[in-house]
Amino acid sequence: MDHLAPILIQVLNGLQYGLLLFLVASGLTLIFGIMGVINLAHGSFYMIGAYFAWSLASYFGNLLTAIVVGIVLSVLLGLALERLLIRHFYGRDHLYQVLLTYGLILIFEQLRSLIWGDEVQGVKVPELFNHSIALTDTLSYPVYRLVISAACVAIALGLHWLIRHTRLGMMIRAGAHNREMTEAMGINVRMLFAVVFSLGVALAALAGMLAAPVSSVYPNMGSQVLIICFVVVVIGGIGSVKGALVGALLIGLADTFGQVYLPQLAGMVVYLLMAAVLVFRPEGLFRKT
Amino acid sequence: MAQANTRTLTIVFMVALVGLALFPLTGSVFYQQLLTKVMILSIFAMSLDLLIGYTGLVSLGHAAFFGLAGYALALIQPKYDPMSIFITLPAALAICAVFALITGALVLRTRGIYFIMVTLAFAQMVYFVFHDTALGGGSDGLYLNNKPLVGWGEVKLLDLDNRTTLYYLVLVLMVVIYLLLRRVLDSRFGRALQGIRVNEHRMRAIGFPVMRYQLGVYVLAGVLAGLAGYLSAAQFGFVNPEIISWHQSGAVMMMVILGGMGTLSGSIIGAFVFVLLEEFFKDDTIFGVLARHWQLLMGIIIVGVACFLPRGLVGLAGGHRSTADAMPDKRDD
Repeated sequence: MDHLAPILIQVLNGLQYGLLLFLVASGLTLIFGIMGVINLAHGSFYMIGAYFAWSLASYFGNLLTAIVVGIVLSVLLGLALERLLIRHFYGRDHLYQVLLTYGLILIFEQLRSLIWGDEVQGVKVPELFNHSIALTDTLSYPVYRLVISAACVAIALGLHWLIRHTRLGMMIRAGAHNREMTEAMGINVRMLFAVVFSLGVALAALAGMLAAPVSSVYPNMGSQVLIICFVVVVIGGIGSVKGALVGALLIGLADTFGQVYLPQLAGMVVYLLMAAVLVFRPEGLFRKT
Repeated sequence: MAQANTRTLTIVFMVALVGLALFPLTGSVFYQQLLTKVMILSIFAMSLDLLIGYTGLVSLGHAAFFGLAGYALALIQPKYDPMSIFITLPAALAICAVFALITGALVLRTRGIYFIMVTLAFAQMVYFVFHDTALGGGSDGLYLNNKPLVGWGEVKLLDLDNRTTLYYLVLVLMVVIYLLLRRVLDSRFGRALQGIRVNEHRMRAIGFPVMRYQLGVYVLAGVLAGLAGYLSAAQFGFVNPEIISWHQSGAVMMMVILGGMGTLSGSIIGAFVFVLLEEFFKDDTIFGVLARHWQLLMGIIIVGVACFLPRGLVGLAGGHRSTADAMPDKRDD
């Protein structure tokens, strides 16, 4: 059992990383699948979440309160952005959405720099979870990481319930399949889009908040996450939350094992995986939910 | 009306060209170097316009070719002696062509949003190769001890160490490439590309081998971007992974759209305006503390262009119709 323990640790790490990626990627894929908007700034929301966690945790003294307040702030941010900017880009060619959201990335990065500075910051793991659980008599695993994974799984289940078993979910699915018809049926698609966008923003920010104690809070964290999420979505299939989950777990595990066993090539593993999927299934593994 | 405007624009360009040709006489070293940089970036922008404006392929990873060629020059050239441009340039361009062929074959299997994401991802892959491995000196980059030798062995035709010579070489190349691309775009190949942009399915139905055309323009665009990257490395004598970053890809895309996509001249204008804006925003005598955060102002301009200026500056002037006019309103995804 002893020689399996290191592998088990990597598996747990890979799953945890993958689940966090899933949170961010699900938002990205929902926003595109339902609203038809490609959002390059999605990584910035992850970063903003992490910085919220850091500054609010310092202010309130504990991470949990910070996360709750952070979620509220993220939803407000999402609503404001959608209202002011994103709304005008529905139906426009993706090129302009790319341009708009690229501009937003620059703006967010600099605002972050002005408000919170450029230093790398740390967030303390909440006391409740700040210990390790023993896997074998020599190796143990941090409880907080398990908490992250559990939280992500809970959210994934919540998303599934939302999309499959609620009225709102039904409207979301309808809007994704046929926007005009949905509107013709009397459903307020405008409101729906605002909700979906804010949900996406909140998911990404939450992922950042959860990850903060583990990955630190630093300037470029948004860009790194974004590109990986793009790969996740390409592999999983645009608009499919299930695909985002499968893709994210695949990438999470591949990247983690790659870092351990092929450190030189670690960065490339993810892209090679994507290239492989492109060869066989250019549309991704799953269709739109 | 449109004809008169086109003629006006042509006259404006002729004047600008003459101005550019005479500029070194002013003796300003800083601006001469800046203009060299701008002209190199115009070549880069024109190559991307081929993809975005004419063929409708929105590539967010174009910086990969720019960087590949630059690194190729830095790696192929021996440490202490300059090497003939007639060896290093074709080699660098060949590397770009091969990379374009291989990634193009994969990337062109996708459309729309997938294409955008996948081109970005491949560029990131190249970025990581140079950033994380020792191949290209890691995040520090590489220095070029010598400029490429325009000549062979003992025979030196042009001395690229001379700033002005480099300036004129770049100016001539920019004009030549512009004229060449104009020719290509007016040819059957170019018209087919535009047809593909407007309605790919119909072109395929008529019998055009769409994939072959797209791959062809992808390779052409990659090679031209490589030329720009090569010249840039030659100018600055330095390459580092940042030239492959997606900020570079985003910036060149902005140049194309700002100028007016689907009009080659728009790419040149876009490159000029973009770089001048950047220099303007970085000026701390005007912006003080904000100058350090010039990207904030640039980001605002980019958002502004996306919202209000889809046809770019050329579109504003009422010049050649930018292909943004022909953008189908409804996407078919």
